[in-house]
Amino acid sequence: MEFFIQQIVAGLTNGAIYACVALGLVMIYVSTDHINFAQGEMAMFATFLAWAMIDAGVPYWVAFGLTIMVAFFGGLFIQRVILKPLENAPVLALVVCFIALLSIFNAIAGMIWSFTIKQFPSPFPSRDLFGNGLVSAQQLGVVAVTLVMLGLLTVFFRYTTLGLAMRAAAQNASSARLMGVRVSWMLALGWGLASGIGAIAGMLVAPIVFLDPNMMAGILVYGFAGALVGGIANPLGAVAGGFIVGVLENLVGSYIIGNELKLSFALVMVIGVLLLKPAGLFGRVIVRRV
Amino acid sequence: MAAMARSWATKPHIGLWAIGFWLVLAALPLIGFVTESPSFEYYLFMGQSMLIYAIAVLGLNLLIGFNGQISLGHSAFFAVGAYAAAILMVHASVPYWLAIPLAGIVCFGAGFLFGFPALKLEGHYLALATFTLAIAVPQLLKHKSIAGWTGGVGGVLLDKPDPPAFLPLSVDQFLYYVCLIVAMALFWIVYNLLRGRSGRAMMAIRDHAMAAGTMGIDTALYKTMTFGVSAAITGMAGALSAITVAYVAPDSFTLQLSISFLVGLVVGGIASLPGCLIGGAFIVLVQNSSQSISDWMKDAFSLRYDVPAWAIYGTLLLLLMFFLPNGLAGGITAIRGLFSRATQKT
Amino acid sequence: MLRRRTALLSAAAATFAVPARAEKKYGPGVTDTEIKIGQTMPYSGNASAYGVAGRLHAAYFRMLNETQGGINGRKINFISLDDGYSPPKTMELTRQLVERDQVLLMFYPLGTQTNTAIHKYMNQKKVPHLFLATGASKWGDPKNFPWTMGWQPDYHTECKIFGKHIVANHKDAKIAILRQNDDMGNDYLSGFKEGLGAGWEKMVVADATYEVTDPTVDSQILQIKNSGATLFMNITTPKFSAQSIKKVAEIGWKPIHYLVSVGASVGAVMRPAGIENAQGIVTAQFAKDVTDPRWATAPDYLEWKAFMDKWNPTANQLEGSNVSSYISVHGLVHVLKKCGDDLSRENIMRQAANIKDLEIPLLLPGIKVNTSPTNFYPIRAEQLARFEGDHWTLFGDLISADAG
Repeated sequence: MEFFIQQIVAGLTNGAIYACVALGLVMIYVSTDHINFAQGEMAMFATFLAWAMIDAGVPYWVAFGLTIMVAFFGGLFIQRVILKPLENAPVLALVVCFIALLSIFNAIAGMIWSFTIKQFPSPFPSRDLFGNGLVSAQQLGVVAVTLVMLGLLTVFFRYTTLGLAMRAAAQNASSARLMGVRVSWMLALGWGLASGIGAIAGMLVAPIVFLDPNMMAGILVYGFAGALVGGIANPLGAVAGGFIVGVLENLVGSYIIGNELKLSFALVMVIGVLLLKPAGLFGRVIVRRV
Repeated sequence: MAAMARSWATKPHIGLWAIGFWLVLAALPLIGFVTESPSFEYYLFMGQSMLIYAIAVLGLNLLIGFNGQISLGHSAFFAVGAYAAAILMVHASVPYWLAIPLAGIVCFGAGFLFGFPALKLEGHYLALATFTLAIAVPQLLKHKSIAGWTGGVGGVLLDKPDPPAFLPLSVDQFLYYVCLIVAMALFWIVYNLLRGRSGRAMMAIRDHAMAAGTMGIDTALYKTMTFGVSAAITGMAGALSAITVAYVAPDSFTLQLSISFLVGLVVGGIASLPGCLIGGAFIVLVQNSSQSISDWMKDAFSLRYDVPAWAIYGTLLLLLMFFLPNGLAGGITAIRGLFSRATQKT
Repeated sequence: MLRRRTALLSAAAATFAVPARAEKKYGPGVTDTEIKIGQTMPYSGNASAYGVAGRLHAAYFRMLNETQGGINGRKINFISLDDGYSPPKTMELTRQLVERDQVLLMFYPLGTQTNTAIHKYMNQKKVPHLFLATGASKWGDPKNFPWTMGWQPDYHTECKIFGKHIVANHKDAKIAILRQNDDMGNDYLSGFKEGLGAGWEKMVVADATYEVTDPTVDSQILQIKNSGATLFMNITTPKFSAQSIKKVAEIGWKPIHYLVSVGASVGAVMRPAGIENAQGIVTAQFAKDVTDPRWATAPDYLEWKAFMDKWNPTANQLEGSNVSSYISVHGLVHVLKKCGDDLSRENIMRQAANIKDLEIPLLLPGIKVNTSPTNFYPIRAEQLARFEGDHWTLFGDLISADAG
């Protein structure tokens, strides 16, 4: 029984990581209708910036805040400079751009900071919380930060004019434009926010998996799985999806199919959910006008 | 884009250009009889790789360009084709010329089956589902339950086929012709497929699935069939790759490979058959040239660090997408359009 | 064909009375002023952390060229290409190096699957395929593959040493294994099995695997802890070694801990994992640990340090690969020096297969490099070490593979 609970706790921690990454993906999807394959590498790059600051003696929370800001403006910048000229290009051309960004971020990070893993400090102590080896403050902290982020985003999208404008811009650009929404800037804002969320995700993940340029490669896949299982157009769904994937992956890996097939299980789960509920477990089906 | 594709596929006759081009490709290995250069065989090997990638891109293009289903998982079918050919040749002593179409059939089955869940998925969802497929397959291949066949993590080593005794060809010349013949056959089949009824149905589904459905096209059948045929073509490319490299291993079929196919497709030109050949060549050449550019930059600017080749690769891709979002074939068409307009005016 | 070549080679090797400085004989890639050497390395992709080795080699050859004018008056033209750890790419690049660039030999190409892809090709082309950066045990097979020679102690042998040590010292232990699900993990496991002998059935209570794409190994660590094991055999690559060391400490598990040398780098594993978590871990080494204060005044350490500071300043000196690749480059330099003016590919192999008691900087005292026409395993001995304070401390005697 203790083992079972431990696996669930470990699954929730992993799930929180997937959920963070999934949130960034959802952010870009909701605000620009794209899937950003470079999301993970952008987060990794931001985390390296934070690491460099901390290494140079900047206090953790200052570095944390600065990194989120740099990431926000970096995302904004990428949208304005690289993606805006391609607004009318075919979708696949954009996918290739994301792949290009992925290669560039990965390679530059490797060049500057090398591929050797680095220790990244955590604001939460890693020691046991209740003295029974079950939950560490670190794990609880990651889960808590994820939930806070989710709350803020939900409020933002649901109850603020800006959030509504962003959603409108992504879903129906021409109508939104008629209503006076500056669509192009809304897209840029979406990128900025997604990049900022990514930076937070990266800084939460790095103390657990260690920081290196390939840090996000494995996580991104599970992040996608989480987003798809929960519903990629819905922040709440994506977070729930991340947790579900994290927990099920551990339980199924430990009890049923063995560790070798964990990733294949994620694949089966994604396809299964999409077949039964194409919009994800928590997504709403969007009716399209033909 | 659609108009461009249609003009290409429904052209009444195969252009003289195309015939001439394939003839030139067929003549290239003959240089081997006059040149003394030791690197010639290496260039032939690169030629084989380019043809193989061109076939893989052709398979992907049929699915994405002509049927509108996005796949990031074609490395999985490439892997299945490669393993099928390798296992058939090693464990069942099937000759290489039979192993290639058999691998195609295996992949057709795999693609057709995957096509069923894919039916329900559109656009981004399909892209992501296939993305996970690409990542899961290398792990499945080394799973212990089938390690007896796949060699587990060690992979399968095979022998390159010898050229038949009556042909005075070297192994690389011969393999080049094997790749070329398979490529020509597949391009010809796809060309005819696209010109016919099925091709029009596929493109109708891409342009407007619901309208196609109301016109009496069985969209489900066509979509799964296209998935199957696309997987079969890419799988045969995988089989050729197994034969020319003489080794298959799980590490050869990572997501990176799928991404290469997609990049080749977009750079060559979506829904363009000549674009597939350009894409195949691009995949092989661009990585090597990124490395050379990196070396050159290091020398020219006497840098302390190596400029990573992948950063250069990414930058090249970005520039291409900026200036030629419809790919190189699209760019060529556009230039031809300008020319013909100019000549009409005069 | 192959067999005839082997016979020739060993015959020539047996009558090694020919003076080294015979008349000039050049293989491809050699001129009076230059020797061309090729290499494939994963500078990108999952295994890019290993790219450190190629960078060190490039720096070392640059140093040789600029301070000593190369080797025997010939500058080294070293071409190291990125194969991204993908076997077909390795094949393509190797053919480029051998056929287009005409290199004399391939030196220290990295990876087991990647080297397997070119193994047959190199031997058919009769190009020296020297000192591979992989610990698989199949590279020392001069009978069938006379042009291929391994370098470091192989994984199989290393884990066999662990197995024997465990049987001798902890015969009541319950063993849990965590291993990477690839060829490295398999080789280590088979050696471990052999080392434990009859103990395998009795002692091993858990055997968990992970994939390089897994984000963490937390779940696996919990599984093996739950098996009730008292001894942890840790067969992981650096990132996962660090994760597992940290996780074991976090959950308050205190097993006897053996860690394979691949994951035992102080800079890349122990420090990130937290040295307080790493106390008492046992590993095996053949090279000096540059963080061990015992070597702080050793001349070979100082020489290495000076080289790193001046010629490879961007590298992380705590990274273990910077030591092992430094050792391997000395092996090659020795072979090239011995060849003198006879730089034919045959002579390269002849010299590589006749290394006698060569001492190389940074190898542990007592470890000597030896090869013969029937022994293609240059480094055969290792010594156990325990992590104490912030460095590895050696204990026990040198254990050679033959005895082990």
